[in-house]
Amino acid sequence: MFDIDKWQEIFATIKKNKMRTFLTGFSVAWGIFMLMILLGSGNGLSNGVSENFMRDAVNAMWLWSGRTSIPYQGLKEGRDIRFTNADYDVLKDLEGIEYTSGRYYIRENKFSYGNEYGEYTAITCHPDLQDVENIEIVDGRFINQVDINQTRKSVVLGKDIYDALFKDKNAIGEYVRVNNIPFKVVGICREGGGTRHRNAYIPVSTGQKVFNGSNRLHNFALTINATTLEESQAIEQRVRETMARKHRFDASDESAMGSYNKLEDVIQTMKIFQAIKIFIWIIGTGTLIAGVVGVSNIMLIVVKERTKEIGIRKAIGASPSSVIGLVLLESILITTVAGYIGLVMGTGLMELINLVVEKQYEVSAATNGGNGETIFRNPTVDLGVAMTATLLLVVAGTIAGYIPAKRAARIKPIEALRDE
Amino acid sequence: MISLKNVHKSYVTGSNSLHVLKGIDLEIETGEFVSIMGSSGSGKSTLLNILGILDNYDEGAYYLNGSLVKDMSEKKAAKLRNEMVGFVFQSFNLISFKNAMENVALPLYYQGVNRKKRNKIALEYLDKVGLLDWADHLPNEMSGGQKQRVAIARSLISQPKIIFADEPTGALDTTTSYEVMEILKEINAGGITVILVTHEHDIAAMTQKIVRLKDGRIDQIIKNGDLKHFQHQYAKELETA
Repeated sequence: MFDIDKWQEIFATIKKNKMRTFLTGFSVAWGIFMLMILLGSGNGLSNGVSENFMRDAVNAMWLWSGRTSIPYQGLKEGRDIRFTNADYDVLKDLEGIEYTSGRYYIRENKFSYGNEYGEYTAITCHPDLQDVENIEIVDGRFINQVDINQTRKSVVLGKDIYDALFKDKNAIGEYVRVNNIPFKVVGICREGGGTRHRNAYIPVSTGQKVFNGSNRLHNFALTINATTLEESQAIEQRVRETMARKHRFDASDESAMGSYNKLEDVIQTMKIFQAIKIFIWIIGTGTLIAGVVGVSNIMLIVVKERTKEIGIRKAIGASPSSVIGLVLLESILITTVAGYIGLVMGTGLMELINLVVEKQYEVSAATNGGNGETIFRNPTVDLGVAMTATLLLVVAGTIAGYIPAKRAARIKPIEALRDE
Repeated sequence: MISLKNVHKSYVTGSNSLHVLKGIDLEIETGEFVSIMGSSGSGKSTLLNILGILDNYDEGAYYLNGSLVKDMSEKKAAKLRNEMVGFVFQSFNLISFKNAMENVALPLYYQGVNRKKRNKIALEYLDKVGLLDWADHLPNEMSGGQKQRVAIARSLISQPKIIFADEPTGALDTTTSYEVMEILKEINAGGITVILVTHEHDIAAMTQKIVRLKDGRIDQIIKNGDLKHFQHQYAKELETA
């Protein structure tokens, strides 16, 4: 196969038929280029969004109490369901539950420090909430079990609250007034996956005691030990049944106890991305087919155009196989080189976009401590996929060239020569 | 050298069949200089193509150098063409994107001669036809006569036994026609059999043997000695016309 003379002959032909070479090459390079951009963009979008998602615990689940809407065991509908600390103890030890945190709602949340004040949300919680909501500690610590046990008036401030009230001054150990009651700042935090940090966290026991909650809880935040949607739904069902038995309501009564499972949401979103990926692949395949048709077309024309030349070559002693070889090797050479150029240019462009996106990401991350805002990240294409696509075009060009080349090689030289 | 026995050939186009050669018997010896004549449609080009293994025939037998040429594989035919014969065409049939030297060298490429060597040989042959200075020129930069000389050099480079020329002077003016004929005569003098197709009597008259075709059959074979008579007859035909 490798014969320097043969390649010299092919190179000489390519060099002297620049337009033909360019047209063949362009349709291949363009096809690959477009495919790279399509797949790269799809991957970038997918990467960006899933990264945003993953910052929150994806296996988180929330429960909140309400009013029954279905009569149950002789009890009328319209009954209020109230969660208490006892429910927390039950949930905490339920199979499949990892982290549990209860919350008691506090009305009006006025925060003040010195002359600065503002309206923010104070969330009462157990220490586990940090894991459920992926809260990041910037300074100090989060609420711990000792805070709960001793009902200490500790508070962890969101970064935005700290910025507003303290303005870069040291806050740890200082006292902040929440609804006029002083709380000691023990930490400063950031919300996982968020860009606003306007929540403050206080121990749930303190919240109940200070704001007249007795043992009441309004909702629970949990993480569950599930990797599949089925598992997660099974655990959710178990939680609902346990609570329903305890509070005597129908387990299917969504209004008595609301529940939201984030994994379901994640899986739903991932399904949308799957659909987008399939869509991109369909368009990509379409682009490839257009490329294949383009190459095939040009090869048909090339062979037609070269019929006379083939006739001459045959008259002076070219065998059919050498004629086919000449046409095909030229086509393979052009499509391979052009495919590679398309590949490099496509990858280059995506890398350039990546550079710009990463710069922007860094800028937004710098102002927001690592949590950059982006829906587009790492728009790269699997090299195997790109190679396969290029190979496909090369093969298509070869087949498209082979059929007419074989026909041209088979006809009598005299017929080819007559063709003018 | 060449022996044809009752060769038939018809062209089928769609449902029509055109019987072009209706039984040709012909013997040509080594070193002869033969012209094939005939009115258009008499089958002279078809005959030449069959002789040159550019086309196949339907019936009969064709012996080239003692071996039967029939239903040959394309590969074998190509090899035989490459080694045995050289072609000169009316429309020159040079490859337009190759310069004179590369065109001349091409048959050697198919013999597996390396580039350097075949280009050197090509230059020698170009020199023989007086076109050494035109080696770098593309066909479209040359005159008809020059192109035909390049084509002749190409047909000679593989050192063939036979040169087939299909109306080699058909596209040339009289002066260049005669120049080309001089070259062909020289080739023939070197021992190579030359067979050409022409409809020009003056060109035919320069050969040693004229085969006249009429309606797919051999009408008349005029040998060298009869040429004077032929020329006389040709002059008479002109007078009556």
